[in-house]
Amino acid sequence: MSMEALPFDLQILNALAALLLLISFAMLSQRRIVSLVNLLAVQGALLCVATVLLAWRTGAHHLYLSAALTLTLKVIFLPWLLHRLIRQLGVYWDTDPLINTTGTMLIGVLVVVFSFGLAQPISALASTATRNAIGIAVAVVLIAFMTMITRRKAMSQVVGFLSMENGLFFGAMSATYGMPMIVEFGVALDVLVAMLVLGVFFFQIREQFDSLDLKHLESLKEDQ
Amino acid sequence: MTAFDWIAQTLGIVGSVAAAPLFLGWVNQCRAWLQNKSAPPLMQPYRGIRKLFYKDAVIAANASPLFRLAPYVVFAAMVTAAAIIPSIATRLPFTRAADAIALVGLFATARVFVSLAAMDVGTAFGTLGARREMMIGFLAEPALLMVIFVAALISTSTALPAISEFLATQTLALYPSLAFTAVAFTMVLLAENARIPIDNPATHLELTMIHEAMLLEYSARHLALMEWAAALKLFNYVCIGLALFVPWGLTTQHAPFALVTSALLLGAKLLIAGAGIALIETVSAKLRVFRAPEFLATAFLLAVLGLLVHLLLGA
Repeated sequence: MSMEALPFDLQILNALAALLLLISFAMLSQRRIVSLVNLLAVQGALLCVATVLLAWRTGAHHLYLSAALTLTLKVIFLPWLLHRLIRQLGVYWDTDPLINTTGTMLIGVLVVVFSFGLAQPISALASTATRNAIGIAVAVVLIAFMTMITRRKAMSQVVGFLSMENGLFFGAMSATYGMPMIVEFGVALDVLVAMLVLGVFFFQIREQFDSLDLKHLESLKEDQ
Repeated sequence: MTAFDWIAQTLGIVGSVAAAPLFLGWVNQCRAWLQNKSAPPLMQPYRGIRKLFYKDAVIAANASPLFRLAPYVVFAAMVTAAAIIPSIATRLPFTRAADAIALVGLFATARVFVSLAAMDVGTAFGTLGARREMMIGFLAEPALLMVIFVAALISTSTALPAISEFLATQTLALYPSLAFTAVAFTMVLLAENARIPIDNPATHLELTMIHEAMLLEYSARHLALMEWAAALKLFNYVCIGLALFVPWGLTTQHAPFALVTSALLLGAKLLIAGAGIALIETVSAKLRVFRAPEFLATAFLLAVLGLLVHLLLGA
């Protein structure tokens, strides 16, 4: 497990993976929605750099294309769209999450331990140079899950959803050097459409309940 | 162990004890510059300590012997810590005597004595300060231990000199785990030394102070020793940080020339570290006491993340 055996570009990839995990934790604790979206953009940018580096290392040209896709969609377009929605809807804070911040973070650490254990057999089977990072990808996915679970506002849940997609993408990248191009395009389109539909949804939810708090959706009858 | 080692060790201890107020003066000066104030002279902490030594001590009538004893114990603990930390050389007699975990214990001993002495006289402020100090200590200590464990896992030793030697002599590699723990360590350093996000060393505003509240009943030589010990604690923490995260230039040889270069390099590193602390203190605001657990939990989290990342990636 010595670091000296690794070439420098792999070291950078590992460092990027570690940073992705760090950003996931920052998202877990962030209560300002604007910062949450910015963190999502940074996570996308890190993912893009990692993809380019891996493409350069392996010579897999389709990875350049998916890096470009990541850049346009996850770093530029979706954050821009989210920022616009935040301004239009006027939701800036997602205070008072279901569990307090410190508790969430500690559970997050347990989640990381769990996902590292979960990824161990997969890493053992994979033949890629980046197989160690699979554990981190699983952790990013599960922490994004936690972000969605512990938040009340629809907006931060959507950001959690997008971050989960980042984690999945990173997992595919480190396990098999990326998914087939057609699948990648499909997923990108899915995310894009989901985002657009959810944007319309936000307005509907607010019109119905005068807030974006999703706990209103939990009651089945009108007046409880 | 040759006679030269012992001379170098003695010089190291005396140098640390003597330079600690100077380092504090440097931090204060940088902070004043950054805040657009006219800076106090670099020697101001020495003047304060000298003035206090000349005064007559006033001790509360109901103070127990523990109250008189505490300053000496705290000061001695800090001097011992200074002897253990490899600040200029790694192969000195005392640096091999105790490992990093014992060092954390030494700091804990000092903390217990300060807190007991603060509660001894029975004033409200002393008790308040002691309670807050214990709260912060109990949150900061696990984070500090985690930081040390990461470095220990990488270098397979818990002895500080061995860790520094391993990291200094290794080929340059990216260690995300060490980067995380370095941030965690900085946070612990700020919290443990009563610096700004947790406590403000420049204030005597009753409701917010922690460290100063515990020293309110002390005067003259006792107060001088306590303040000197606080300066030495900051110096020690910064030296631990340098030994763990920027060990380059630390000498393993035993030649007078190597020691001199190592000491000069240490001086340069301390100048940068002091300016860095002043910068952090200037750009951040003091947290409410009830936010302190969140701050230290973040430090703990970063250290644990470093540990996990090291275990998974081996980096």
